[in-house]
Amino acid sequence: MASGASSRETLRGVAVTEVVSSPPGFWKQNQQKLAPWLFLAPGFLMFIIYVLVPIVQSIWISFHEWDGLGEKVWIGLGNYIELLDDDDFYTSLKNNVIWLVLYLLSIPAGLAVALFLNQTVTGIRLYKSLFFFPFVISQVVVGLMFTWFYAPNFGLFSQLIAWLTGEQVAVLADERFVTYGIIAAGLWPQTAYCMILYLTGLNNINPEQVEAARMDGAKGAKLLWFVILPQLAPATFIAMVVTVIGSLRSFDLVSIMTAGGPYGSSQVLSYFMYEQALSEYGFRMGYGAAIAVVLFLIMMVFITLFIVRMLSQERNA
Amino acid sequence: MFPTPIHKASPFAQIAYKIVLPLALILWLLPLIGVAITSVRPVGDLAAGNYFGIPSGFAGVENYTTVFRDSPIGLYILNSFKVTIPTVIGAVALSCLTGFALAVYRFKGNLLLFFLFVAGNFIPFQILMVPVRDMTLRAGLYDTTLGLVLFHVAFQTGFCTLFMRNFIKGLPFALIESARVEGVSEWRIFRYIVLPLMRPAIAALSVLVFTFVWNDYFWATVLVQGQHAMPVTAGLYSLNGQWVAAWHLVSAGSIVAALPPVAMFFLMQRHFIAGLTLGATKG
Repeated sequence: MASGASSRETLRGVAVTEVVSSPPGFWKQNQQKLAPWLFLAPGFLMFIIYVLVPIVQSIWISFHEWDGLGEKVWIGLGNYIELLDDDDFYTSLKNNVIWLVLYLLSIPAGLAVALFLNQTVTGIRLYKSLFFFPFVISQVVVGLMFTWFYAPNFGLFSQLIAWLTGEQVAVLADERFVTYGIIAAGLWPQTAYCMILYLTGLNNINPEQVEAARMDGAKGAKLLWFVILPQLAPATFIAMVVTVIGSLRSFDLVSIMTAGGPYGSSQVLSYFMYEQALSEYGFRMGYGAAIAVVLFLIMMVFITLFIVRMLSQERNA
Repeated sequence: MFPTPIHKASPFAQIAYKIVLPLALILWLLPLIGVAITSVRPVGDLAAGNYFGIPSGFAGVENYTTVFRDSPIGLYILNSFKVTIPTVIGAVALSCLTGFALAVYRFKGNLLLFFLFVAGNFIPFQILMVPVRDMTLRAGLYDTTLGLVLFHVAFQTGFCTLFMRNFIKGLPFALIESARVEGVSEWRIFRYIVLPLMRPAIAALSVLVFTFVWNDYFWATVLVQGQHAMPVTAGLYSLNGQWVAAWHLVSAGSIVAALPPVAMFFLMQRHFIAGLTLGATKG
């Protein structure tokens, strides 16, 4: 702290106190070096306790057999070897890949909606907000909505299918369709998110470039591909990050809509892990941790890619 | 502007656009509209198989009263506020400090720390689940709102730090430098120069964190068991199990649970969107 304030001066509208010279102490001399660490301490401490340390602990636990209460028994790679023999693991892995691929559809879908809404007509702001709505609602509510949408006999979707094909389909009870049904529910809010990213991006498009391209006769898809999309690259990058991470994190919808069923056919790694570690099937913390580590490693591949890209942006900034 | 402004298009296209726009919106919000209508549907309609037709009457008051009377949803909502509000305050306060430190000072490990926060933000919750649950149990905070708050504060600090740091980086650094020349202490620079300029960032983060934490379901199921501390997301799910086929009640409950973040969004829309789209335009 500055000591010996005498007069008040105004520095660009902000009141500051002027310091009268006093013998510089240790703090005064080293302030600039120590200050960042003091500012960082509370937040970083919390982050270490609740995020960094648990990651290491999880990896450690994954080498044990542990029910969460008793002694941990070291079994080395035992949990991982068991995973290789577990059919549910492969189902989860396969479903995670399906999630990842189909979830990416929310990016072009979000772009399409953004292009559709990027007009200036009366009430368009309200339209944009209402289109964004699904993202604001909890996934629990979204899950319940779609469960009801798919409900056999009376659900709007199943009625539509029955009307189109003459056949009843119970989406969430059918092993063939269940994962796709859940992903469709997830695409709803995710598309809204991508839309808002692209609307912001479109807002910042350089109008001169667009005009110049129009003068040269570019229009429609060509203009979009060669002039607009390159300018939307930052938005696309963020949309990719949140979509990939979101798809691998998918837990709420699976839990709400099917609890992994029927017969584990809509399992994903995140839910499989939860079920193994904390459910009526028993508290297999070690096995759950091993699944979590696998999911973590898959995600780290993407996280590393994103960070490398952000780092190069940072260096160029 | 892209695409071509609609008022430059043919009159036919203009009319078509104005017709398609509301239709698209209705189609887009169909699940939500269905739920909203069901929440005011008389119970007799469901028994008669009238799930999507025109409601035979308005039973909104009755349904919503039933939800509050026959279920602890009021308590769940209160719990959600008890978790969400302290988390917002905690995470935003901590990240103002961390964001300032990472944006203003050059020191060894600055970027490393920054990317640690960023990466922490993307990891799957499952890798934290077992140890965090264990730690919360041992600290006697399992099944309490405080247990949830502490975790959420720590985890949200990752995202908030990313946000704050980038925001402060965008402020004119000359302001800080000239204050230093004047001999203003680092704390005062933060408190009286930078913090007042951070208001829009604080507003944006507050709404975002509020929504994220309000809508959290995973940690609510992992760290809470009983009704007394259960947030509304987990509570709603357990009610769904109790009210099998009582879709009018489930719908009313869903609407109630969704309302606070929706209200927050509409009140603070500009900030909300500014927060989510940070970085979407440059880089």
